[in-house]
Amino acid sequence: MSSWLKVCSLEEIPPLGARVVRHGDIDIAVFRTTDDEVFAVKDRCPHKGGPLSQGIVHGKSVTCPLHGWNLELATGCATAPDEGCAQKYETKLESGVIHLNLA
Amino acid sequence: MDMSEPMDKGPKMKLVMVGNGMAGVRTLEELLKLAPDLYDITVFGAEPHPNYNRILLSPVLAGEQTVNDIVLNPLDWYSDNHITLHVGKKVVKIDRNARAVETEDGTSAEYDRLLLATGSNPFILPVPGSDLEGVISFRDIADVDAMVQASSKYRHAVVIGGGLLGLEAANGLMKRGMDVTVVHIGPWLMERQLDEPAARLLQKSLEAKGMKFLLQKQTAELVKGASGRVSEIKFKDGDIAPADLVVMAVGIRPNTELAESSGLHCNRGIVVNDTMQTFDPRIYSIGECAAHRGIAYGLVAPLFEQAKVCANHLAHYGIGRYEGSVTSTKLKVTGIDLFSAGDFVGGEGTESILYSDPIGGVYKKLVIKDNKLVGGVMYGDTVDGSWYFSLLRDGKNVSELRDHLMFGQDHCGNLGHGGINKAATMTDDMEVCGCNGVCKGDIVKAIREKGLFTLEDVRKHTKASSSCGSCTGLVEQILAVTAGGDYSATPKTKSMCGCTDHPHEEVRAAIKQNKLLSIPQVMEFMEWRTPNGCASCRPALNYYLLSTWPGEAEDDPQSRFINERAHANIQKDGTYSVIPRMWGGNTTPSELRRIATVAEKYNIPTVHVTGGQRIDLLGVKKEDLPKVWADLDMPSGHAYGKALRTVKTCVGSEWCRFGTQNSTQMGIDLEKAFFKMWAPHKVKLAVSGCPRNCAEVAIKDVGIIGVDSGWEIYVAGNGGIKTEVAQFLVKVKTDQEVMEYSGAFLQLYREEARYLDRTVHYVERVGLDYVKKKILDDHEGRRALYERLIFSLSVERDPWVERAKEGKLKHEFEALTV
Repeated sequence: MSSWLKVCSLEEIPPLGARVVRHGDIDIAVFRTTDDEVFAVKDRCPHKGGPLSQGIVHGKSVTCPLHGWNLELATGCATAPDEGCAQKYETKLESGVIHLNLA
Repeated sequence: MDMSEPMDKGPKMKLVMVGNGMAGVRTLEELLKLAPDLYDITVFGAEPHPNYNRILLSPVLAGEQTVNDIVLNPLDWYSDNHITLHVGKKVVKIDRNARAVETEDGTSAEYDRLLLATGSNPFILPVPGSDLEGVISFRDIADVDAMVQASSKYRHAVVIGGGLLGLEAANGLMKRGMDVTVVHIGPWLMERQLDEPAARLLQKSLEAKGMKFLLQKQTAELVKGASGRVSEIKFKDGDIAPADLVVMAVGIRPNTELAESSGLHCNRGIVVNDTMQTFDPRIYSIGECAAHRGIAYGLVAPLFEQAKVCANHLAHYGIGRYEGSVTSTKLKVTGIDLFSAGDFVGGEGTESILYSDPIGGVYKKLVIKDNKLVGGVMYGDTVDGSWYFSLLRDGKNVSELRDHLMFGQDHCGNLGHGGINKAATMTDDMEVCGCNGVCKGDIVKAIREKGLFTLEDVRKHTKASSSCGSCTGLVEQILAVTAGGDYSATPKTKSMCGCTDHPHEEVRAAIKQNKLLSIPQVMEFMEWRTPNGCASCRPALNYYLLSTWPGEAEDDPQSRFINERAHANIQKDGTYSVIPRMWGGNTTPSELRRIATVAEKYNIPTVHVTGGQRIDLLGVKKEDLPKVWADLDMPSGHAYGKALRTVKTCVGSEWCRFGTQNSTQMGIDLEKAFFKMWAPHKVKLAVSGCPRNCAEVAIKDVGIIGVDSGWEIYVAGNGGIKTEVAQFLVKVKTDQEVMEYSGAFLQLYREEARYLDRTVHYVERVGLDYVKKKILDDHEGRRALYERLIFSLSVERDPWVERAKEGKLKHEFEALTV
């Protein structure tokens, strides 16, 4: 099952930046890299629930603003030695518009 | 392997390593991190074991650990990394033309790169009987086995050599129940690490444990007994002592036999350059066998530094040089606390500070040269060993600390960790890191289970010592006790972060000299290893660019920590706090009314009065921030930034019957002049109107005290983790002078401090004399500094106004919905 939803245009997220996308009660962090790749993970760090959307993005990782955990955007998982994953969501870019699969 | 990854064309290069010890295997580990698929790797080890922690042979001998406990890389590690391992095979020949090595039993392997990590051999005294049964050295697991066996059958053990290794062997044999005599040629024990008073204390406490000593004795002969085994030791003065076991621990010699036989240049070790390359460019050498700038190191910390450099070059990265190490020593004998580093003897041009308490068994000596710590020896109380070692290694100017130096770091203003617990005596449930709540047991467990070796590793895995850093010494002690050896050595100049080998100063100089204006430019110019840095280098670079090229370099919000991007402080629940500026701590009924209205309108749960004479609104939702700022209609307090925070004042001569100067107005003027100032870290000022000092200026970055005849300026105070009383800089007469001297000091700090250094750290590093030279003696320079500061500030705008009224970076504050 997939349910693709339009989010926004690519330009609405700065390179190496993120936006929070609200879906009901859930906040999803949508990231853009320098290569215009787009990733989405639940906006809660597996460590202590920090809002990942507020972190510094580098390469294909984000550093949580609360305690500095690094998470891989592609998997939502913390880089070693930390352990834990934030739920990840599929994304796609179609004619400059970001879509998110919430299924 | 992930087959979707692009692979290099053609077969892989072949890397052969001779020697399967700690330094060599560490090189392979570093190499695999950098270039996992570059080489087919083959390893030859003469011992029949995988790589184990040689430093921990002493605890194994003492029965405190087992051989299994000290294995670092089990056989699985080799197969998991596709490394061909030959154990129990000694390489006897290198054919440099054919580029192949050959072992005793005829096994051979070809190489494109060869790594010689053959370690060292124990030195055997050339005396009659040195080849008798029962005469051994203390070098490997086989020696330990031999000692353990002997201890169950025989009584008298003689250890020749009263150095580190000899004493550890003697201690182990004693614990195994043997009657142990240590024979030493020198006038006191461990003369390469200890001076005489410290050595005497050590001897006394070892004697109390039952160890015997024969000092200034030279061995003449080892005598064969009836069984054919050694039975006694004969000295040159004719004395005799019974000996069923003789352990020679008189030193090690780099094992260069193989290298020499293949024609490689050796001189007290296999000679290598700063990239660990031998005279044959295909052959590298590291570890105890390698002679770097004339030194063959025998301690693990420098060898691991070498490993890092060597791996980098093997991986074709070609960056990083090994430039030698300063080493320190700790003795691993349970219950004995001993530390020594650098030049502890002293001599011409040096001064010594001594502390001696023979009854309490404490002795400390620090050697100082040109206001820098150059060496030290400590016995009985070594808790500050790693602190002294870091002062020594960093070449810090200690003239300001001098009076307190002997009493350790706690007496020099560190409040973050008052615990003076010695690592060894702490129980597992005692807290080590107060910031992250890490107990000793957590650290020990991580070190054991994950095979950690360095402070950095422990920080990453446990978070201990990764926040305020005041428990670093304790963590290093735990590391030393648990993993053995002393791992505190880090490269002399610290790189900014893992993305680069360049230290802060070099990056800053490059930005200035080459007029680099953006982060990508810096990263390209300085050859960053990562595509766009990390969360620690990007904010630093952004600051260096803005402070070096004000008005020209553009701020990069994505390289700012969230607080500086959102211009509010993130809280643990993801909401923010807002602190509007109140000039000099003064406010008005109208401001207070607006604050009250905002707090109600936006359901702000907590209103708090801060320590900096301002009001904090806590629990603001991010999307409300621009509206809150607009309604407050007050300037940004920058309470979220590495920037000018508060200027605290007392009411001064306007109201106070003791006031001598109008401190409130002075504070307001300073705050208005330096408003919007970004800095390497937060900056706090205070102004008191008389020496009663109600504004507590002694713990501020710049503190001003009004006296009848003018103003006294104090700098580099601190009230946080490191409580440090501000130091007197100068007394001036006029308000304009206060402004210029304070501003010049702050600009000096802005231009020269490393990112995240407070003024206290900066001044500690360069020394107050240097600051005085720049600010007091050089009038032109002072004015220029002040003018550069004023220019920098002229291009800054109030970020709250930009965002609340002009809609700048709207996307930062707006969530999307789907």
